[in-house]
Amino acid sequence: MKILVGLKRVVDYTVRVQVKPDGSGVATDGVKHSINPFDEIALEEALRLREQGKATEVIVVSIGAQTSMQQLDSGLAMGANRAIHVKTDRAIQPLTAARVFLKLIEQEKPDLVILGKQAIDDDANQTAQMIAALWDRPQATFASKVEVLGASLRVTREVDAGLETLDVDLPAVLSVDLRLNTPRFIKLPDIMKAKAKPRAIIDFDSLGVDSGDHLTYVSYAPPVKRQKGVMVADVPALVAALKQKGLL
Amino acid sequence: MSKVLIIAEHANGKLNASTAKCVTCAAKFSPAAIEILILGSDLDAAAAQAAALQGVTRVLSLSNPENATAIAANYAPQVVAAANGYSHIFGPSTTFGKDLMPRVAALLGVSQISDIMSVTDSHTFQRPIYAGNAIATVKAPTAQPVVATVRTASFAAVGNGASVAGIEAITVDVALPNHTRFVGLEAGGGERPDLQSAAVVISGGRALASEENFKLIYDLADKMKAGAGASRAAVDAGYAPNDMQVGQTGKIIAPGLYIAVGISGAIQHLTGIKDAGTIVAINKDSEAPIFEVADIGLVADLFVAVPELMAALG
Ligand SMILES: Cc1cc2nc3c(=O)[nH]c(=O)nc-3n(C[C@H](O)[C@H](O)[C@H](O)COP(=O)(O)OP(=O)(O)OC[C@H]3O[C@@H](n4cnc5c(N)ncnc54)[C@H](O)[C@@H]3O)c2cc1C
Ligand SMILES: Nc1ncnc2c1ncn2[C@@H]1O[C@H](COP(=O)(O)O)[C@@H](O)[C@H]1O
Repeated sequence: MKILVGLKRVVDYTVRVQVKPDGSGVATDGVKHSINPFDEIALEEALRLREQGKATEVIVVSIGAQTSMQQLDSGLAMGANRAIHVKTDRAIQPLTAARVFLKLIEQEKPDLVILGKQAIDDDANQTAQMIAALWDRPQATFASKVEVLGASLRVTREVDAGLETLDVDLPAVLSVDLRLNTPRFIKLPDIMKAKAKPRAIIDFDSLGVDSGDHLTYVSYAPPVKRQKGVMVADVPALVAALKQKGLL
Repeated sequence: MSKVLIIAEHANGKLNASTAKCVTCAAKFSPAAIEILILGSDLDAAAAQAAALQGVTRVLSLSNPENATAIAANYAPQVVAAANGYSHIFGPSTTFGKDLMPRVAALLGVSQISDIMSVTDSHTFQRPIYAGNAIATVKAPTAQPVVATVRTASFAAVGNGASVAGIEAITVDVALPNHTRFVGLEAGGGERPDLQSAAVVISGGRALASEENFKLIYDLADKMKAGAGASRAAVDAGYAPNDMQVGQTGKIIAPGLYIAVGISGAIQHLTGIKDAGTIVAINKDSEAPIFEVADIGLVADLFVAVPELMAALG
């Protein structure tokens, strides 16, 4: 089995981003960037499938600026076999990302594509579903458990009502949730070993991907702040405060 | 003129409140028609509830045995076939809508607007990004249908109208793939009010320290007829089931009263509760970030404060 994994470079989850004063965007220069946390989980799952002998090759893919190579380097150090960097300085919306993945799928013919359920910058939660639609293959989103059953997968999904289980025939697209696994840490020797791994760089414009008719991000604003409230000394004071607000 | 098609969410003969919230969102830009498409295998009861909603002009009911469970790969082509002629196709930003709507959008070759939280006009909307740390205004192209999910915590559910819309059974001519099969659903929740519609929610965090101790949260919730929630840390540690997780990657909720017990207040958690009416925090650390957003804060050991609160409630 050959597995394609998406690794998006995003502002680290510990950074509290600020909207620029002129509302033209959020300030991302000079702040820490990382692999989207869900994508690390996606990669970890792919590596485990390879370690169990279920997969033979794990390819990490990132679409983005030059700097995305840092996240691919980390992915290779974690254990991916090779990396593909689709280079572009434009902000890539999910439909375009899905179209890029489809091109790579045509070239690489993977059996499984594993992505994060959402990128924590755009919070879109779309790309995996869109790839599955364009590829006309099954999707199992928000996966918290994956088992290989011959030519299909049994996937447990985290849904609002609880845990849903689906069987999907391969090839298929997965999007992973946080509880699927805990990603491994990268050790120093792994970074050295990864230096020799193949890294392909593809210019976005060379793929002939239609990136038209997208959403226009007009402006950005900080969220409405909640006012800091009152501190109460003890439980009776809490009960009194709730009664005063008509909540008890 | 705009014509909106809302994809209904329902289970066991009950329309999910998220559908009525989508109607409220759509009504904000005064479309010429708001219609509801409901897919399933036994639709009479839920379709009737959809038809009663205020402002809904027609309900399309697409019933067949394959639709018994909501498999996105099966539903999406049927939605596309039924959605011809609509300017907008909306679904709720629940796991049902998040799974289905991007697949619909991609089949139509259009982008999707995720999590609409407010409406400027028929093609301009606000949505949260970066865990709600920024609100973006986005404009969709006017020459193609707008596919979007509606952030349910941002809109009140519309009530029933004076008249009832007509229900039309429809069929579509699409071959369904057989590559995705439903195996089962293990429901979590139980008898407590649904988190996304409960008036009061009590949530517990890592501080509860065990599944056993989480009973404190359930007991308080039952006493207050409240829904029970949890932080990610509590869910990851196995103290509470996954469907109780509140936050950026869990449920986004808007109860009138939210009580956070032993939760630190990470931004990923706070983004799930920022539309709550009143936030109460009980935490033993006076520096915990949850107190920055709490309307009422109590610095206390939860294992002392919660039983005391239960006693005070009688
Ligand atoms: C991509 C991503 C997505 C995430 N999504 C979510 C999400 O959807 N929802 C979510 O909740 N988190 C989410 N998180 C995790 C989030 O960052 C925090 O780690 C998590 O919310 C912490 O949970 P907690 O507050 O229960 O635990 P902690 O941060 O450990 O806080 C425990 C609190 O309990 C207090 N305490 C301890 N003992 C007592 C006691 N006896 N009495 C009273 N107080 C006590 C402590 O002072 C502390 O403030 C996400 C993280 C990432 C990276
Ligand atoms: N530019 C990108 N490069 C690599 N993977 C991406 C990119 N954009 C999206 N993805 C993948 O798609 C997932 C969902 O992203 P989104 O739909 O934007 O929330 C992410 O977790 C990634 O796995």
